[in-house]
Amino acid sequence: MADTREIRARKGPVTYLLRIFVITYLAVLVIWPLYEVGKQTFAPTKEGAEGGISAFLERLSDPSVSYAFNLTGTVAFWAVLINTLFGVGISLLIVRYQFPGRRILSVLVDLPMSVSPVVVGLALVLAYSTGKGWFGEALEGVGIFIIGTTPGLIMATAFVSLPLVIREIVPVLEEIGTDAEMAASSLGASGWQTFRRITLPSIKWAVIYGVVLSMARSLGEFGAVKIVSPGAELRGETATLLIQNRYTNYEEPTAYAAAFVLVLASVLALVVVSLIRKEDHS
Amino acid sequence: MTDTLVPPAGPAPSRGRPSGRVKASSGRFPLTASSGIGLGVALVWFSVLVLIPLAAVIGAAAAGGWGAFWDTLTDAQTFAALRLTVVEALLVTLANAVIGTIVAWVLVRDQFFGKRLLDVVIDIPFALPTIVAGLILLSLWGPDSPVGVNIVNTRQGIFLALLFVTLPFVVRTVQPVLIELDADVEEAAASLGASRFTTFRRIILPSLVPAIAAGSSLGFARAISEFGSLVLISGNTPYETEVASLKILKFLEGDNQDGAAAVAVLLLIVAVLTIVALDVISRRVARRG
Repeated sequence: MADTREIRARKGPVTYLLRIFVITYLAVLVIWPLYEVGKQTFAPTKEGAEGGISAFLERLSDPSVSYAFNLTGTVAFWAVLINTLFGVGISLLIVRYQFPGRRILSVLVDLPMSVSPVVVGLALVLAYSTGKGWFGEALEGVGIFIIGTTPGLIMATAFVSLPLVIREIVPVLEEIGTDAEMAASSLGASGWQTFRRITLPSIKWAVIYGVVLSMARSLGEFGAVKIVSPGAELRGETATLLIQNRYTNYEEPTAYAAAFVLVLASVLALVVVSLIRKEDHS
Repeated sequence: MTDTLVPPAGPAPSRGRPSGRVKASSGRFPLTASSGIGLGVALVWFSVLVLIPLAAVIGAAAAGGWGAFWDTLTDAQTFAALRLTVVEALLVTLANAVIGTIVAWVLVRDQFFGKRLLDVVIDIPFALPTIVAGLILLSLWGPDSPVGVNIVNTRQGIFLALLFVTLPFVVRTVQPVLIELDADVEEAAASLGASRFTTFRRIILPSLVPAIAAGSSLGFARAISEFGSLVLISGNTPYETEVASLKILKFLEGDNQDGAAAVAVLLLIVAVLTIVALDVISRRVARRG
């Protein structure tokens, strides 16, 4: 084996060429643009003013910005909560129970990830919007409006991030098997006790992992939200929509500052995810 | 670092399919009263959220019959948008298949200072919100570009945005395979006098092909349906820089739901085909392994 390590470790001109290529490629494609956004975010707001954190905060001080981040937080919270409850439930059903259509269901729950966000938005509009949707009239009759309201935003966000929790839990459930659960119930534990004391602790990390992924996805959802939201300032404008509106309105500094917040959130999610993976493996 | 925000290659990881691992036990219970109610509630929510809306899209596309559907898609402007989308997605997929493999290779086989950082950088495009991805690219290649290149409203801009958002797919599918690769065969090839390039081409590359194919199809599907990162970059000029997802938005804003639905159905078909292709690839790999 020492030989192989030697063969693999041998460095020729090609090795260095490839290394330089990869570093340059990633630097130009990802790192440099990220650096530019950081620079714009912390640049002085006007000639002679101070840059840094204060400039960054000043750009975010607008009430419409705090409204946008508030709305994004609310929508993401509900979408993640719904997806987690649904995800744990449907995963248990798919893995532990036998019923007709089980296999089809397990394929279908994976579908939302592959659907273009624009199509997701369109689908919700065609089903539930007043005037255009199948059930628009009926829902209007009972006073429910989905498109253009916060529930609509939550549905759009829940749709696009639906499989994330399920994808994490299903493999874990399959791997742990049913021995411990059977033992618990044969010792007289109720279904709920078995779930809380046996199943939940073993899928704990998978659930947390799925929640972090869903959270990251929900905070940054744009396409689906763009179509179901009125998208006007202080009226259904989420953080991502704010970024688009401000940029196209020639208010780039605010757009960059809001984008920087979302970049931080994504990087934080990446860090948490890598910590969880370590914890899970140990 | 293999933890990643990129979904694993293939559709859901071994769902009910026989895997190599020996399971503790795989007994499935018949539904009880409470789990039956749970299933009912879950199915109602899933239908309300996903199935009914998707059916509404197909319904709207089919509303005018096959003729109307066909006319929408072959309308010169729509067709140009669809062609541009497919061509750009293919070009990006091709570029990723090559570059992604090189990146994965360097990250696995080479050792240098800062490699761990680059490994983290790979995940960033996938972790970022799409609109932020577009904005980030514009900060370097936009109207106020520090290098004096403006990609707004150009096809190169669309290419670059797609390259950015699809960066992780091939890298993250090839990387684990490259790590697991058995050293013996490489050793044998080298001891029989094969050059490093020959070893790569004849021994290593063939075992990477399924992973490259899986990553490429994920990337292709993503590129076809990409929206957020293109909103700010593509100027949306008909025949020039208009892509399918933006065409859907334009149809919708012009109150043409059936047109939007027709293009959307086409994107849905591509999504389903990708899932099927990935399933075929992962089954084939599982059988060989």
